[in-house]
Amino acid sequence: MSVKIMILELFKAFGNTALIFVLTLLGSIPLGLLVYFGRKSRFVLLRGFIKAYISIMRGTPLMLQLMMVFYGPSLLIPLLFPGVKFSLPSNWRFTAVIIAFVINYAAYFCEIFRAGIESIPKGQYEAADVLGLTKSQTFFRIILPQMVKRVIPPVTNEVITLVKDTSLSSAIGTVEMFTKAKQIAVAPKSPGMLTFVAAAVFYYVFNYAVAFLMERIEKKLDYYR
Amino acid sequence: MSILTMSNISKSFDGLDVLKDISFSVEKGEVVSIIGPSGSGKSTLLRCATLLETIDNGSIRYMNQYAAKENSEGKAVYSSKSELRKIKSYFGLVFQQFNLFPHYTVLKNVMEAPIVVQKRPRHEVENEAMEILRKMGLEDKADAYPWQLSGGQQQRVGIARALALKPEIIFFDEPTSALDPELTGEVLKVIRQLAEDNMTMVIVTHEMPFAKAVSDRVLFMDGGVVVEEGTPEELFDNPQTERTRQFLGNYQQ
Ligand SMILES: Nc1ncnc2c1ncn2[C@@H]1O[C@H](COP(=O)(O)OP(=O)(O)OP(=O)(O)O)[C@@H](O)[C@H]1O
Ligand SMILES: [Mg+2]
Repeated sequence: MSVKIMILELFKAFGNTALIFVLTLLGSIPLGLLVYFGRKSRFVLLRGFIKAYISIMRGTPLMLQLMMVFYGPSLLIPLLFPGVKFSLPSNWRFTAVIIAFVINYAAYFCEIFRAGIESIPKGQYEAADVLGLTKSQTFFRIILPQMVKRVIPPVTNEVITLVKDTSLSSAIGTVEMFTKAKQIAVAPKSPGMLTFVAAAVFYYVFNYAVAFLMERIEKKLDYYR
Repeated sequence: MSILTMSNISKSFDGLDVLKDISFSVEKGEVVSIIGPSGSGKSTLLRCATLLETIDNGSIRYMNQYAAKENSEGKAVYSSKSELRKIKSYFGLVFQQFNLFPHYTVLKNVMEAPIVVQKRPRHEVENEAMEILRKMGLEDKADAYPWQLSGGQQQRVGIARALALKPEIIFFDEPTSALDPELTGEVLKVIRQLAEDNMTMVIVTHEMPFAKAVSDRVLFMDGGVVVEEGTPEELFDNPQTERTRQFLGNYQQ
């Protein structure tokens, strides 16, 4: 296999890497906010459940979580409901990756959002309250925009980690760039090590672009302090 | 007509009695100053009046609407959320630390509540907001963000924001104590102007000459009670209690 074809193959697989990345962010950022509301809920049971969930997500390897989500249903459902016929969707491998990434990253985002929201001075709530804003108006108009600005640096860290974490999905055989690189590298007459170097360059360039974009967003929000 | 009537208010913070059976009312057009040493409960009284803090006993009434009423055991029972929301439109509060919204321009800080809370048309609110800012000497700062302003300018925005809701009464909690001395004057001037326009106001302050000049009535608080109250002349020139004399003495050199 020529270097040119190797790069072309990697680039094709990179499409999946980017898709995992985008879908994970689209899912985990809103879910993270939702989880935050749950963590702050007045229902003790819900709060306890959310705390346990965050603790597990942060306390166990993401690779293991991926495997649990992917293999879990086919092991558990026959055990729990013997005799029930079920089949996983044909794209279950990819779906499982997205589910695992979304719930894992939502836990981290929740904690980042929580720190951001709790760093906003009490006076902001009091000013809004005296002006007659409702709780939800206060949250969405006063607190949330200020939180967004405050969490950009830790969110950037997470997003950059996510670019690299997408490679973990090769643990269950999802064909994204890292899986592809491993396949190419061991194939006969392949460019060998060079494949991994090329993959590294892809990851690096992607992350460079991501960091650049986040910096732009940070600059955009520089109009207030 | 009295705008605010607080009767037999008590409030404690985990065992510490901060307000002890205080009764206090404000007539329309009246300017009342509250003075007293640190920790005497002045801010707590304002925070109870503005519903930021809940009272344990007593009642709070704005015009003829109760925010909190005593039950048969004397415990304060608050009105429904919707009634409280209505009552909140009767008053404004100006904070010591301004508490402006940093992500909004000056104009948006002032326009936010009339549009979002009172649901008034934007163009009407904008005209009024600009008019208020002009009065505050801030018309050229309408598009600035709070961080671009001096403390004195920020506090005038705080006052403009409260005025935009057309409240019946405005409370000020030490409006100048976060300011450099040279910026205090511009804020006091604005408050004095409001007094001339017959705005009903309650002002917690350590600026004794200002309190004396602007107030119709002065309350001296200490240890969670109103120790003495009277016209500025009565209270400053002829204090009746030893405690008042002692306190005022600290301000005279
Ligand atoms: N949220 C709170 N929790 C517990 N104690 C409080 C709280 N707020 C006020 N206190 C206490 O209540 C007392 C009165 O406080 P307050 O802030 O009303 O005094 P103040 O007269 O405004 O004083 P200053 O002139 O320093 O502003 C103080 O002893 C204070 O420590
Ligand atoms: Mg105070």
